[in-house]
Amino acid sequence: MLTLECPYCGVMADETELSPGYEAHLKRYGPGSSDEEFEAYMFARKNPKGVHFERWRHAYGCGKWFLAARDTATLEVFGTYPAQSSAPPQDLQDKIKAKRPDWKGYK
Amino acid sequence: MKRYSAFAIAREALSNHMGWERAWAAPQPKAAYDAIIIGAGGHGLATAYYLGKNFGITNVAILEKGWLGGGNTGRNTTIIRSNYLQDSSAAIYEKARSLYETLSQDLNYNAMFSPRGVMMLAQTHHEVRGYQRTAHANALQGVVTEFISPQRVKELCPILNIDGPRYPVLGALWQARGGTGRHDAVAWGYARACSAMGMDIIQNCEVKGITSANGVVTGVETTKGYIGTKKIGIVVAGHSGQVADMAGFRLPVEAVALQALVSEPIKPCMDVVVMANTVHGYMSQSDKGEMVIGGGTDGFNNFTQRGSFHHIEETLRALIETFPIISRLKMLRQWGGIVDMTGDRSPIISKTPVGNCFINCGWGTGGFKAIPGSGWAMAELMAKGEPGPLAAEFDMWRFKEGRFIDESVAAGVAH
Ligand SMILES: Cc1cc2nc3c(=O)[nH]c(=O)nc-3n(C[C@H](O)[C@H](O)[C@H](O)COP(=O)(O)OP(=O)(O)OC[C@H]3O[C@@H](n4cnc5c(N)ncnc54)[C@H](O)[C@@H]3O)c2cc1C
Ligand SMILES: [Zn+2]
Repeated sequence: MLTLECPYCGVMADETELSPGYEAHLKRYGPGSSDEEFEAYMFARKNPKGVHFERWRHAYGCGKWFLAARDTATLEVFGTYPAQSSAPPQDLQDKIKAKRPDWKGYK
Repeated sequence: MKRYSAFAIAREALSNHMGWERAWAAPQPKAAYDAIIIGAGGHGLATAYYLGKNFGITNVAILEKGWLGGGNTGRNTTIIRSNYLQDSSAAIYEKARSLYETLSQDLNYNAMFSPRGVMMLAQTHHEVRGYQRTAHANALQGVVTEFISPQRVKELCPILNIDGPRYPVLGALWQARGGTGRHDAVAWGYARACSAMGMDIIQNCEVKGITSANGVVTGVETTKGYIGTKKIGIVVAGHSGQVADMAGFRLPVEAVALQALVSEPIKPCMDVVVMANTVHGYMSQSDKGEMVIGGGTDGFNNFTQRGSFHHIEETLRALIETFPIISRLKMLRQWGGIVDMTGDRSPIISKTPVGNCFINCGWGTGGFKAIPGSGWAMAELMAKGEPGPLAAEFDMWRFKEGRFIDESVAAGVAH
């Protein structure tokens, strides 16, 4: 079972305590955007086989949204961080790069 | 190809069964083909078959990174039905279902299509209204379905508990000509027929790159070297995003795990397929006697072909309430497949931003039933370069334009 540490309350939360929220760091577009931008925000997904950044909600705990870095090909969890981050923290990116030298980097 | 028949069995018996040919050849790739299909699952093989059968295009290679039928085609619970709400879905699933009726004769291979009837239980008033509406839509579409009473449900499936305390059965959507098929045999039958037409099925050959010139495809880089081609059909289910990335475009698809399990075999006790979408579970009985069980998908991107344990527990909890008889059954095997879920849960059969590169994906949790119809439509798209009526509305630009085929065709529940 997937276990993620909630960066807010510090609990190691089992998957059954969490709600998945899929891809993180999507750029949000609204009225006034082009069709392409809006489609990209709504539907186009990276869906990588490997390092992925996602949104999770500690639904049956403190209730907060947070972000996680995970490998979709091995289910290894690299770390979690607050939802207020506009990009994964540098130390987390360094940690991933050390473990996955082939990783092309965030973006 | 030597035809299979009762006569052939008698003939081979006389020579101690030493004369059977291999079902399909195992060639090395040629330098180039008129068309390449990436992915030898049911949809890829059916595409190749109808390219040959309907359009006479047989200089075709089907490239498979593992073994043919080893993806979702060999991992599914084989429910076949066509009782969808929207006209475009009903059309392609009914085309597929009707092709299944005669598939064994057409392929000269026993696909074991068993039209035993599929019942989708209505366990809330909302579902009753929804399924009644679907039955009316199906009547207009020419798909034979009917909304039946709880008593009729009980007659058709006596082991079903229709008076459950939480979700009593209020009726069901019944499609008498829906049923099941033999998943491996569908892949093997198409493979044998493709090979007999002279097509090359190349297993253990992973596509690693797609080359193009002036925006039009020219070939593929594979683990068995470069292969040139004029046309490419990408039919790789869970890996659609990865292969689309090689061609240089992004899809509205996420890959998640869907699991299934079978029980120890028991005496025949159920001769219909039952789906219970409110409680998230479905069940049928295989010819071997195993209860074949499935439920919902996991909620996160995953490529490992295994799912989360708590989903199995949820599925069984729901089914034990629905079928109390199975509460003491031991489960024998459990497995997972990586399903490709689109933004509107309907499939994509489409041209792409790259010339002569076509994609067929997004069948998600429910594409086994669609294999013959999808292959038919995809072959037409690849042969003519433009979609025919079956594929027209399933293009990938519908997400930009808001033309969703809004139907939980491949809902994360049951199929
Ligand atoms: C547990 C489970 C239960 C299901 N139950 C049902 C059901 O009851 N009814 C129903 O209708 N549907 C069901 N489905 C869905 C159904 O299985 C799929 O929609 C269908 O089989 C998809 O077929 P396909 O040919 O598109 O994909 P697949 O059979 O997955 O074939 C794709 C192939 O592409 C290959 N490939 C991938 N990448 C590459 C590459 N780079 N190079 C070469 N080859 C590559 C893969 O190895 C694979 O063999 C279920 C699925 C699962 C997982
Ligand atoms: Zn928390």
